[in-house]
Amino acid sequence: MMLLCSFSIISQEHFPKNDGVKSKNTNYTAFTNAKIYVTPTQIIENGTLLIKDGKVIASGNSVTIPKNSVIVDISGKSIYPSFIDMYSSFGVEKPKRQGGRGRASQYDASREGFYWNDHVMPEQNAIDDFKFNKKSASELRKAGFGVVNSHMQDGIVRGTGILVALTDEGGDSERIIDGRSGQYLSLSKSVKSRQSYPTSTMGALALLRQMYYDADWYAKGGSNSKDRSLEALNANKNLVQIIAAGSKANDVRVDKVGDQFGIQYVILGGGDEYERINEIKATNASYILPVNFPKAYDVENIFLASVLELEDMREWNQKPSNPKSLADNGISFALTTHSLKSPKEFKSNLLKALKYGLDKTKALEALTSVPAKLLGKSNTLGSLKNGAYANFLITSGEIFDKKTTLFENWVKGQKNVLESMTVKDIRGDYTFNISNTSYDLSISGELSKPKAKVKSGKTDLGSKLTYKDNWINLTFISADTTKQEYFRLTSRITKTNNLSGKVILPNGNETFFFAQKAEKEDSEDKKKGKKPDTDKDVKMMPVTYPNGAYGFTQLPKQETILFKNATVWTNEKDGILKNTDVLIKNGEIAAIGNNLDSSGAKVVDATGKHLTSGIIDEHTHIGISGGGNEAGHNSSAEVTIEDIINPEDIGIYRNLAGGVTSMQILHGSANPIGGRSAIVKLKWGESADNLLYKNTPKFIKFALGENVKQSNWQSFSRFPQTRMGVEQLYMDYFTRASEYDVKKKSGKPYRKDIEMDVLAEILNNERYITCHSYVQSEINMLMKVADKFNFNINTFTHILEGYKLADKMKAHGVGASTFSDWWAYKYEVNDAIPYNATIMHNVGVVTAINSDDSEMSRRLNQEAAKSIKYGGVSEEEAWKFVTLNPAKLLHIDDRVGSIKVGKDADVVLWSDNPMSVYAKAEKTIIEGVTYFDIERDKQSHEAIKKEKSELISMMLKDKNKGLKTQPIKKKDKPELHCDTI
Amino acid sequence: MNKINYISALLMLCFTITFAQQTPAPSQTEAFTITGATAHIGDGTVIENSVIIVENGKITACVNGLTSKIIFKGKVIDAKGKHVYPGFIAPNSTLGLAEIGAVRATRDFDEIGAMNPHIRSIIAYNAESKVVESVRPNGVLIGQITPRGGTISGTSSIVQFDAWNWEDATLKVDDGIHLNWPNSFTRGRWWLGEDPGLKANKNYAKEVNNISTFITESKAYLKGNKSTKNLPYDAMQGLFNGSQKLYVHVNDEKGITDAVDFAKTNGITNMVIVGGYQAFKVAHLLKTNNIPVLVRRVHSRPNSDDDDYDYPYKLAKLLTDQGVLVGLENSGQMERANARNLPFQAGQVVSQGMNKEDALKLITSNTAKILGINADYGTLETGKSATLFISEGDALDMRTNILSHAFIDGRVISLETHQTELWKRYSEKYKSQE
Repeated sequence: MMLLCSFSIISQEHFPKNDGVKSKNTNYTAFTNAKIYVTPTQIIENGTLLIKDGKVIASGNSVTIPKNSVIVDISGKSIYPSFIDMYSSFGVEKPKRQGGRGRASQYDASREGFYWNDHVMPEQNAIDDFKFNKKSASELRKAGFGVVNSHMQDGIVRGTGILVALTDEGGDSERIIDGRSGQYLSLSKSVKSRQSYPTSTMGALALLRQMYYDADWYAKGGSNSKDRSLEALNANKNLVQIIAAGSKANDVRVDKVGDQFGIQYVILGGGDEYERINEIKATNASYILPVNFPKAYDVENIFLASVLELEDMREWNQKPSNPKSLADNGISFALTTHSLKSPKEFKSNLLKALKYGLDKTKALEALTSVPAKLLGKSNTLGSLKNGAYANFLITSGEIFDKKTTLFENWVKGQKNVLESMTVKDIRGDYTFNISNTSYDLSISGELSKPKAKVKSGKTDLGSKLTYKDNWINLTFISADTTKQEYFRLTSRITKTNNLSGKVILPNGNETFFFAQKAEKEDSEDKKKGKKPDTDKDVKMMPVTYPNGAYGFTQLPKQETILFKNATVWTNEKDGILKNTDVLIKNGEIAAIGNNLDSSGAKVVDATGKHLTSGIIDEHTHIGISGGGNEAGHNSSAEVTIEDIINPEDIGIYRNLAGGVTSMQILHGSANPIGGRSAIVKLKWGESADNLLYKNTPKFIKFALGENVKQSNWQSFSRFPQTRMGVEQLYMDYFTRASEYDVKKKSGKPYRKDIEMDVLAEILNNERYITCHSYVQSEINMLMKVADKFNFNINTFTHILEGYKLADKMKAHGVGASTFSDWWAYKYEVNDAIPYNATIMHNVGVVTAINSDDSEMSRRLNQEAAKSIKYGGVSEEEAWKFVTLNPAKLLHIDDRVGSIKVGKDADVVLWSDNPMSVYAKAEKTIIEGVTYFDIERDKQSHEAIKKEKSELISMMLKDKNKGLKTQPIKKKDKPELHCDTI
Repeated sequence: MNKINYISALLMLCFTITFAQQTPAPSQTEAFTITGATAHIGDGTVIENSVIIVENGKITACVNGLTSKIIFKGKVIDAKGKHVYPGFIAPNSTLGLAEIGAVRATRDFDEIGAMNPHIRSIIAYNAESKVVESVRPNGVLIGQITPRGGTISGTSSIVQFDAWNWEDATLKVDDGIHLNWPNSFTRGRWWLGEDPGLKANKNYAKEVNNISTFITESKAYLKGNKSTKNLPYDAMQGLFNGSQKLYVHVNDEKGITDAVDFAKTNGITNMVIVGGYQAFKVAHLLKTNNIPVLVRRVHSRPNSDDDDYDYPYKLAKLLTDQGVLVGLENSGQMERANARNLPFQAGQVVSQGMNKEDALKLITSNTAKILGINADYGTLETGKSATLFISEGDALDMRTNILSHAFIDGRVISLETHQTELWKRYSEKYKSQE
C-alpha cells in the first residue's frame, strides 16, 4: 500500500509546526478517461474527475485541467462514489455485560441525576468513546466503504452517533465529519445496568412513549429537578433518529411510537420485511437493511434435519430477496454491514441480493445517495458532485460484477490502494524450454494472486508462484520427482504476452528462459454462449401469510355460505335448532331458518353436523412476541399487549382447529397491576392490526396472590410480598390516579403519565379489569377496594375459590372466568374444585371457562363439557361457558357469542355434538372468511412435506457446491402462561 | 331444611374437618351382582345387559343376562342403562409423590444423581394424597408410581388407589426401571448468552456410552460374589433375569432405534417405550421386536409448527394401526391433577377414528399387559380382580363419565373427595340463602 505523504491537507493551519517548514499543497489531481458515476444515475463516459483538497472540484467530459494537476489516466476504468454504512459500531466498543448474576432483580436506577431508567442514555455521545481502529478501517475500505456512521450499540436510547471518514492519515480532526450525527435508539436494554425494567418488548415501547412525554414536560419547565438524560434527549431532537427494530413486526411497532410523537425514525430492519411488505411500506419510513442472509443448513444428517421448520428453511431461501422487495415497492433503504461477521462478507451477500433481482442502481443508491440523504449530508457525501468529499472508488468495471477488481478507495482525497492498477495480467498458457525439455505453464486465478500449473508432457509438476511488485518467482519440481530437485525461475513483468528471466537449475547453474503466451481463445465467451450463468436461476418459494407452515398463499376471502340442515346451537331463546339452515353473508349472519334460498351462496351440506358460534377464550397468552409480562415494576398499566401481537403464532392456527374465533390476549400475572389486553379475532394470515376488534373494549389485567407476591421464586425485594401489601398497593395507585385525574381535568398543566391515564380510565368506568385471582380473601378485598373508588371489577379470572363467595361476587356484579379442573399446582389452589363453574353459574354469576394455555384452548369445548359432569349443568348452558358468557364478560356480545341474525359470522361447523369429546371442528369461519378447513389442513400436510423436501435438495446442492453451511437448529418459541417472565 | 338434614349436614361438616381423606374400604365379605349394564370388557368387546358377579374380590361371572341363565349372588346392584368398565390404569405417574407442585416440601419424585435404579418410588407413595383420591371418581383406579429425573430415574411400583398406606396399596412392587434416553438435541444455555433454541447434542454418544458402561458394570458385579455391596448395581438384577421391565423414556426416531438396539445388545427383553412421539416412524421395528409404547399425553401440543395440529391426538391410533401395543400415559405439566382426565384422552383418540372399545384398551387391557398385571387387571373377565366401576354413561366422554360405584378388588370405595366435600358444603351454603 502506498504511503500517503503526497498531500499536505492533513496539517491544520492553526497548529504550530516544529519539524520542518509549513508547506501547503495546492495541486489538483485529475482522473481522465474514466466512466464516472457522479451519482448512481448520472454517469459520464470517458470523463474527467478533478479533485483538490479532499474535495471534488469538477467532473465531466470537458473539464478544464489546471496546469498544476497530477494527471492519472485510468482509461477503461470506472469511478464510483464510495459506500456509506450508517449503522456501524466502528471505533466504539460495546461495553461488557456486568458480571455477578445476583438472585434478586434490581428495580431502581443505578444513576443519579439522569432519567429514572438506566437504559435511557441520550446523554451518551459516541464521540467520547471513539477510537479509530486502523484494522477495521482497512477491512471496511476493502469492502468499498469510505464513511461510516458509528454509535454505541448499547441501551434503549443510545445517544448521538459519529460520522467518520475511514482515512488512516490525518488523525481524528481529519476523520470526524460530524460528531453529532443522529441519535440512536433500540428496544434492547443496556448491558451496563441490571435494572429490571423493561423486561419485555411492550415495556420498552411504553418506556419510549413515557420518555417522550417526560422530555416534553421537562422542556416546558415542568420538572423542578435536574435530569441530564432528558436535557440531552431534547438537545438531540433535531438530529436524524435511527432505531434498531430488527424485525418486520418491530419495524411497524416502533414506527407507531414515532408517529405518536411526530418522529419519523429511520429503521434498522430485520431482513424479513418482504414477508409483510405492504405494512412496511405503510410506515413511510426509510430503512437500513442488513444483508446477513442465512447460510444453508447442513442437512446431511436426516434425523437432525428433521427438526428444521419450514419457516426457517424458507428464510434461507427467501431472505436475499428482501432488498429487492423494498426496492420494488418504492421504499427507500440503505444497506449496512451490521450483523455481518466481517465486512468481507458484504460483497458476496450483496451479490446474492442482486441475483435475487435487486436492481444495481438501487443497490448503489442504498450505499451512497440514500444514506447520505438520511444523514442530511447529500451535499458532501454519497455523490461526486462538485464540492462533495473526494470519496470514491476506482474499479476495473461494473462495481457489482463478480469479476470486477476494486483498485483504489479514495477517502477525502487520500489514496488507498487495494489492488495495484499497474498489475499486468499474466494469466494465460505458456510454453518454455529449459535444457531442451519443454514445459507447459498455465497461470490462472486472481489477477494479483495468480496460481500456476506446470506440466512436462503429461506429468504435473508441483509448483509455487508468487507475483508481487511486477516480479514473479516460480518454483517447480523436476520431472524426476524421486530426487526432490527444484527449478527456480524469476522474471520481471514488462509485458503481458511473455515472461522472460533467469532460471536456477537444480545443479546451481543459471540460465535464461523465455515463455511465450499462447493466443487467447475466447473461451469465456464460448462458455457464456454454451451455458448461461446457472446461478441466475434462483428458485424462490412463494411467500405465504404467515410465511411458514399452514400459511395462505393468498388471503382467503369473505364468502356467502349457506349451511343446510345443521343442528344449530343458537345460544339465543331458540336454543338448539335441529335440521336448520344458516346463511352467512357480508361477514354477518344473514338468516336462520328452513329451506333458505341458496342463490349466490356456497352451499355446505351440514346434515348430521353441528353449527355453533365460535369459541371465545377469555384468557390466553398466545400470539404474543417479546414477553407477556412486564415484570420490572409492581404496576405496568402503561404497557399494552396490543403493541406486541404476533399474528404468526402457530397457536392461532391450532386454536382455529379447535373452533376458537376470538380471544383476549392478556398480560401475565407478575404484578398486581398488569398491562392492558388485546381482544382479537383469530384471522390467521392477517396483520396484527387486523386481528384487533374494531372499537375494542378496553381491558387491563390485574393479579393477586402468589405470583404478585413472588412467592414461588427467589425474590424478596419488591413490594408487595404479602396479600396485605397487595391491598395497599391498590389503595396507593388508585389514590394517586384519582388525584392525577382531578388535576388532568382541571385544565392546569400536568405531567402526562401513561400509567395514571390508564388507571384513571378504570376510575372513570372506561376500562374494565380482568383480575387473576385464587383465594376468597383476596377476591373479596379487591371488590372492596373497587367499592371504595366507585367502580366495579369486571371479571375475576382463574377465580378458583369463586364458589366460596359467589354470592358476594353476584352482589358486586363481577363475572367469572375459570379453569374447569386445574388444581394442586400451587398452595393457593389447594381448595380449587371442578364444581367451581357450576356453583358460580347456579348462584347467578356470569361464568366462563378459559384456558391460559395454548394446548387447552384448542379443546375448550371439552373443558366446558366437564361442567356437565361436575355439577350437572345442561349442555346448552355449558356451551355458553365458552361462547356467549365470555362474549358478555368481554363486552363483545353485541357482535359475537351466539348465532343471531346481524351478528358477526364467526361460526364453527363440528363433526359431532360440540360438547362431546368426539367432536372435531371441520370449518372455522370468522366474518364469513374460512380460516380453518379440515380438508385444506390435510392438503397442507402434503404441501409442507413436498416443499421441505425440495428445500433440503436445494441446501444439499449448496453444500455440494462448496458453500458454507450452518448447523441444524430450531428456534426457541416459549409457550407463555400467566407466570412466564 | 328439616332438622334431620341439618344435623346430617353438620355431621358431614365435622367429618370433613376431621378427616381430610377418604377412609379406605374394608375387604369384600359378601358377594354382589351388577345387573343390566353395558359391560365394556376392556379387550375390545362389549356385553349388553350384563350380569357381573363379584366374590372375594374377584369377578366370578361376566355374561349376557339375556342369553345365559345365571343365578345372582349377594346384593344386586341394578345398573340398567349404565355402563361398567374395568378400572382405568395410569402408567408412568407421580401421583402420591407430590401434593402441591409449587411447594418443594411436598415434592418427592426427583432424586439427585444420574444412575438411580436403587431409588424406589413405592416407599414415598402417599396413599392418603388428596390428589390421588381425586382421580377415582373418574374411574382411574390403578397407577404405576414412577420417579423422575436423572438418567436412570429409579424403580417404579404399581398401586391401587384405595389404601391405608403404601404397603397395602402395592399391586406389584418394583415392577420396572426407568431410563431417560439421552436427547439428540440440547437447548442453548440462555443464561450464558447462548441461543436458547435446539441444537444437536454433541454429547449424545458419550451419554449413551455412560448407560452402556453402567449396564456392563452391573452385569459384571452381579456375576461376582458381591462381597462389597453396590446398591445401584444390585438394583439392576431384575432387568437381567426378566422379572423387571425396562421403561425407556424416549421420543425421537433415532433415539428409539438406538434404544431398541441397546436393549437387544444388553440382553434386555422386557422393554417399553415411554413417550414415543416419533415412534410412528419406526413402528415396524417396534412391532417386530414386540416392544409396546406408552404414548405421551394425548392432550399436548405438536413438537413442531409443521406437524399436524392433531398429531398428538392420533399418534396412539397410528401406532395401533401398525400393530404396535399401545397404552396412554399422562406425564408432563400438572400431571398429577390432570391424571383424572386419562379417560378423556382415550376419548380424544376416538375422535381421530379409533373404535371406542379399542380406545378403551389404551387405558385398560393394553396398559395392564404393558405393565405385566394383565393376569389380574385390565379387563372384566372371570377370574380377574373386581377392580371396576359403574358409570351413568360413556366413561370416555366427560359429559357422561359420572360414577355411581367403584370397586377395587371387590371393595366398595368412596367416590367422595376433598373436592366433592367442598362442593356439597358450599352448595348447602347457597341453598340455605335461597
